[in-house]
Amino acid sequence: MSPTAPSLGKDLVGLEDLSPEQIRTILDTAEPFKEISERRIKKVPVLRGKTIVNLFMEPSTRTRISFEFAEKRLSADTVNIATSGSSVQKGETLVDTARNLEAMKIDMVVIRHWASGAAAFLAQRIPSNVINAGDGSHEHPTQALLDFLTIRDHLGRIEGLNVCVVGDILHSRVARSNIFGLLKLGAQVGVCGPRTLLPSEIESLGVKVFQRVEEAIAWADVLNVLRLQLERMKGGYVPSLREYNRVYGISTRRLQEASGDRLILHPGPMNRGVEIDSDVADGPHSVILKQVTNGVAVRMAVLYLLAGGAPERAEAAKQGEVA
Amino acid sequence: MERIILIRGGRVVDPSQGVDDTVDLLLAEGKVARLAQGIDAPEGAEVVDAAGSIVTPGLMDVHVHLREPGGEHKETIASGARAAAAGGFTTICAMPNTDPVIDSPATVGFVAAAGREAGAARVYPLGALSIGQEGERLTEIGELVEAGAVGITDDGNPVMDSGLMRLALDYAQAFEIPVADHCEDLGLSHGGVMNEGVVSARLGLKGKPNASEDVHTVRDLLLAELTGGRIHLQHVSTWYGVQAIRRAKARGVRVTAEATPHHLLLTEDAVDGYRTDAKMNPPLRTNRDVEAVQEGFLDGTLDVLATDHAPHHYDEKEQAFDDAPFGIVGLETALGLVHTHFVRTGKLELSTLVERMSRAPAEAFGLPGGTLEPGAPADVTVFDPQEEWVVDPTEFLSLSRNTPFTGERLTGRPQVTIVGGRVVWRRG
Repeated sequence: MSPTAPSLGKDLVGLEDLSPEQIRTILDTAEPFKEISERRIKKVPVLRGKTIVNLFMEPSTRTRISFEFAEKRLSADTVNIATSGSSVQKGETLVDTARNLEAMKIDMVVIRHWASGAAAFLAQRIPSNVINAGDGSHEHPTQALLDFLTIRDHLGRIEGLNVCVVGDILHSRVARSNIFGLLKLGAQVGVCGPRTLLPSEIESLGVKVFQRVEEAIAWADVLNVLRLQLERMKGGYVPSLREYNRVYGISTRRLQEASGDRLILHPGPMNRGVEIDSDVADGPHSVILKQVTNGVAVRMAVLYLLAGGAPERAEAAKQGEVA
Repeated sequence: MERIILIRGGRVVDPSQGVDDTVDLLLAEGKVARLAQGIDAPEGAEVVDAAGSIVTPGLMDVHVHLREPGGEHKETIASGARAAAAGGFTTICAMPNTDPVIDSPATVGFVAAAGREAGAARVYPLGALSIGQEGERLTEIGELVEAGAVGITDDGNPVMDSGLMRLALDYAQAFEIPVADHCEDLGLSHGGVMNEGVVSARLGLKGKPNASEDVHTVRDLLLAELTGGRIHLQHVSTWYGVQAIRRAKARGVRVTAEATPHHLLLTEDAVDGYRTDAKMNPPLRTNRDVEAVQEGFLDGTLDVLATDHAPHHYDEKEQAFDDAPFGIVGLETALGLVHTHFVRTGKLELSTLVERMSRAPAEAFGLPGGTLEPGAPADVTVFDPQEEWVVDPTEFLSLSRNTPFTGERLTGRPQVTIVGGRVVWRRG
């Protein structure tokens, strides 16, 4: 890695704001961090003395735990704030919550929020580093980065691949971060789902649109299958989960009808039998659990880089040198 | 007490009389007395030196949210009336979507009285179309008019029930007032916070498609045609809406329509970065829409310039985009914006701009003024067409600062605002 690799700046709000080099830097920096989680003693002093707040204003299990593991394995001090039980429930505004945290002298905030733009809003108002752990339907950059790392691990590259995101694109921050990032890395990106769950003008982002999942499967090297939120059915976007599975579900039969193999990703949590059948999720081409493992490494890399760590020093930092 | 005022040496632009000439204007007893060259100042007259300035019939804004009662931290009737005067407006129409809603003779009377007490721009209330603006039953329209309402509207809440809209258009005719409507089919726009299009796709925000406005616009035009009633369509923002209104006018439908400075000048791109000062309803749309709104404004399809002045406290806009309220202030920037971007660029005759800001709104709502004919109310706007200035919201007389035009360089600025023969505002 070149010593002049670009740093990330203060925050990680979205992949739309990053250059291809910055994205590659994060992926490359994640490589040495993978090994920490394989050790018997899973802790290095990279972020010793740093205080990180995990501010989760929308329910999340997997992302929050993944961030927490990444933080703890890098020896940061962490505090978790969830919407329930915090002053947010008492009507405090986001900006007041942030300023109060800031007043307690913190170093970083990992934020999950139900509103699009909330991470950028926070980043503009506090001097701490802000990491977007999902803002509304906008971006979920670390999820996309772990998707990319997993694709790269298995296929050796991202450039030139056909990657199709399948499902509820309209409400998906994972979809947007995948689209922005994959295009920057030179992949072709497709989206597939019922027209009711595709945003108007989605083509303007530079993606290919598939209305039928069979066509998407035939085209793709990689399928990133999104969770169908059960609320979407109540909202009338799809008539029933059964029909969704019939028309858009990823099944072994559908995969076998197309020639060649394709990698199967899913950001979780899965609705087995809805957007993905169990035999696909548990099958030979599924890398869903690899994604989860890579999630910790990618988040360590992001934390390390935002804390000012030099990409080329990541290996040394791991051995005990302070970032 | 109204004094005698002589406005001397200005370029008087009064499209109602076809006047565009350097003449003197004499105001006495609260009315226009004379318009002539070389008027000698009567004894005791206050002389306003208007050399180099433009003198017009008092400007009117028929779409203003004054927030009182219930939202006095955003604006009061008095602060809004003063902000209007500072923007060159002598007359404004107050929307009824306050808390409580202006849906009774008493509340209409309150707004009118507080407006008079403010002693700045004249304030004419609009009454609610339905009780509580709930879209179910008509208000006592006759009594509201008697108490001072100049029109009815559920602005803020579109009238979703077509049957109710028909009743309003039928019933209001006896009182010779227009029915004003915010066109938005809530079934199509539900949850939307900006225009539905390329920017909403990128930002992950829920959009309001053009069709949500167009469906409603076309419905209102059809109902106006059916009933023969007068419909006033507020803040038109779509290309199709402009076309539909143009065709309806050609068929003789009694429709007037608004263009706002922001829909004339800004596109959805202004929302980028989740700028809540660009969050408004109807939303800023695309280039194609802006061009059509401009065309409609220039050819008179959109006959009235209105601001939809919608003040909000800064901490209400200082939120995530989804949480922030819709609307921007407009009273103190409208004249400068339109003068700079349309008159200075040669797209619009000055007299046409004055028409769209004085006589046309006066006719749409049956308001006194809009002309400098002798005997008309002595409501006059004097502005300097050369003055260059930069929009600085901290200088606003409005209690709110929410504008997307902060820092904009403009040419043309109000100097003196006269209402009923009294100088109610003068640039210090």
